[in-house]
Amino acid sequence: MPLYHNEDQAMLAETAAQFMGEEGAIGKQLRHWRDRECKDGFGHALWKQMAEMGFTGLLVPEADGGLGMGHVEAGIVLEEIGRNLTPSPFLTSSVMAASALAHASDEARGRWLPGLVSGDSVFAVAIDEGAKHRPERIATRAERSGNGFRLTGKKDFVVHGASADMIVVAARTAGADSDEDGVTLFAVPRDAAGLGHNSVRLVDSSMASQLTLDGVELDGDAVIGEVDGGRAVLDKVLDAGRVGAAAEGVGVARGAMDMTVDYLKQRKQFGKLIGEFQSLQHRAAHLYSEVEIARAATIKAQQLLDGGSEHASLMASVAKAKVGKAAGLSVKEGVQMHGGIGMTDEYDIGLYMKRDRALAEFMGDVYYHADRVARLSGY
Amino acid sequence: MADLDAFRSETRAWLEANCPPEMREPVQSEEDVYWGGRRATFKSDAQKAWFEACRDKGYTVPSWPKEYGGAGLSPAEAKVLREEMARISARPPLSSFGIWMLGPALLHFGTEGQKKHFLNQIARGEIRWCQGYSEPGSGSDLVSLQTFGDDQGDHWVVNGQKIWTSYADKADWIFCLVRTDKANKYQGITFMLFDMESAGVSTKPILLISGNSPFCETFFDDVKVPKSYGEGIPAQVGEVNRGWDVAKYLLGHEREMISGADGGARTSAIGAAMKRASGELDPLLRAELAMFDVDALAYAAMGEKFLDEIKVGKAHPAQPNMMKYAGTELNKRRHEMFMAAGGSTALEWDSEETRGGARAREWLRTKANSIEGGTSEVMLNVVAKRILDLPGA
Repeated sequence: MPLYHNEDQAMLAETAAQFMGEEGAIGKQLRHWRDRECKDGFGHALWKQMAEMGFTGLLVPEADGGLGMGHVEAGIVLEEIGRNLTPSPFLTSSVMAASALAHASDEARGRWLPGLVSGDSVFAVAIDEGAKHRPERIATRAERSGNGFRLTGKKDFVVHGASADMIVVAARTAGADSDEDGVTLFAVPRDAAGLGHNSVRLVDSSMASQLTLDGVELDGDAVIGEVDGGRAVLDKVLDAGRVGAAAEGVGVARGAMDMTVDYLKQRKQFGKLIGEFQSLQHRAAHLYSEVEIARAATIKAQQLLDGGSEHASLMASVAKAKVGKAAGLSVKEGVQMHGGIGMTDEYDIGLYMKRDRALAEFMGDVYYHADRVARLSGY
Repeated sequence: MADLDAFRSETRAWLEANCPPEMREPVQSEEDVYWGGRRATFKSDAQKAWFEACRDKGYTVPSWPKEYGGAGLSPAEAKVLREEMARISARPPLSSFGIWMLGPALLHFGTEGQKKHFLNQIARGEIRWCQGYSEPGSGSDLVSLQTFGDDQGDHWVVNGQKIWTSYADKADWIFCLVRTDKANKYQGITFMLFDMESAGVSTKPILLISGNSPFCETFFDDVKVPKSYGEGIPAQVGEVNRGWDVAKYLLGHEREMISGADGGARTSAIGAAMKRASGELDPLLRAELAMFDVDALAYAAMGEKFLDEIKVGKAHPAQPNMMKYAGTELNKRRHEMFMAAGGSTALEWDSEETRGGARAREWLRTKANSIEGGTSEVMLNVVAKRILDLPGA
């Protein structure tokens, strides 16, 4: 398979670029909701519009009412979300939760997927415990209780947690905190008794929950996949999240880079356009190179994931780490090359820096994933 | 798709039958590379057998048309062959500047007569070519070159000096940029082909910091270059005085080659091999290796994407400059990692265990990667202007 978008994908990219550029624009969404201190951090009307475009059910199988597309297509939408800094629950709902629900029972899919496809429901994913992403260690406990389970523990960085109608929670049904086996995934509905949210606003104006599970009682049919065998599903959810976050990061990197290169062509100092200075030209060209490479790695990871390749998980970490580096460079160079104006709230470049920072942490940062690449490669 | 699957299994079977085990071992030294040419000798029977099998199948130049010595493979088939060769770590059967550089220029600019004559020679490994571009006063500013060809009717008389001519002392023929109009900077250069055995040609190897001499100085002292080598076979590629167009086109190919994007991009992490060789890795070295492997594996994807795009004309024309920049900087870093992981063993200059200091010599050799074929700084200039469209001269 060639490593570029085919005709259908190129058409989707065009549609997504136009839609996000208009409806998802920074002034219309991010600033709008931020300035109103919105409790969701995103607009439900846009989520409905995304459903009408078919985006929300992109990864949902056709038999379940979705489009049955793959991670390449989801990545196309995510890149435009990133470029426009569009706040939306697409990554947590349509990519990560949808990847989990693919392994759920007919009943569970029937309960949750129609709302996702129609844009009426929002989902979140609760994996992290603590400030850093360490999915190898799961301490939240789920104990047998009657026909179901009783969940106790704490989860962090649950993006859109307080807005979610259902949260996919990774908990431990057996073994010690760092055991590979003994993990089970649960679909926890928003009204479950004992579920507590401390919803906090993050640097990029998105909302994330610190989640408390205080003896949350669930039926047996809340289990996604096998009891004690949830690690395999969790790994799929994580890979989907890594590759999805990488795609969104590529959009952030490209958006910031384009803004910066445009600025170099407009701003005059010493009687010249600053883009004429070789010191800035070389930095911009180096940045371009890094961003292009990060994008190639991301598309490669998407293709491997869609093809079910055994190398997909390694490449997912390569992509997340490489995008972390490239997008980080893009926003930092962006603010520096904009000079004083880059420090102002009025100018958008700073918003790219904030979004990148949050996205860099989400599903593991550069250091986590570079370390994982080393571990998977045998050193 | 079904045809491609059939082609894959045929190719796999053919490689199994024709690629000797010895030719699946990593290249250890210069002797392991077969360059062809009038004075070529084979290091082993396996090297000879592998070369001859590929030559007869058209696999020294798989995507060239059959009438020019290739196998006429489509881009998709060529990719399958590359993948299958990589799968068994098969060595290239023939390495040559004819394949990498002159061939693509001839395919694009050559006359039918030139293609039939020269491409077949290249594909069959009969003539080893070298490239005469840089001059002592014309490095990054190549177009200022001064080597002059004086028009004498049916021939030119060439005088001047080239430098950094790779393997000029081992080559049979040269493709050479010669000024044929002193009044016209860009449209006064001719891309000439001539025999290195011509009277007046002499070469002098240059000893490098690696202790090796892959490059020469090449001198032309009243060299007589005929304007034609037979019916329909002119001595210049493209028009007289329009050699700069050919040179620019070819520089793109050279940059692709140096960037390692020609399918040779390395796709496996180096950290594990370093650990095997050095025992436990220092934690900070391990961290740097991990960061390197992230960049290297991402770059391998970029190489694949670039190659796929170039096949269908989707790549930006200046993209090879970006690839060359990123690929060579990465390769220099790779060898810094090798040296760091190798410790004092990697410093040995002529011991048998280090195969004559191969690691140290290669490390030093890679420092030229970001100089030859256009420096990193020139690559960044080109990316800034042609891709990012930044202003200024």
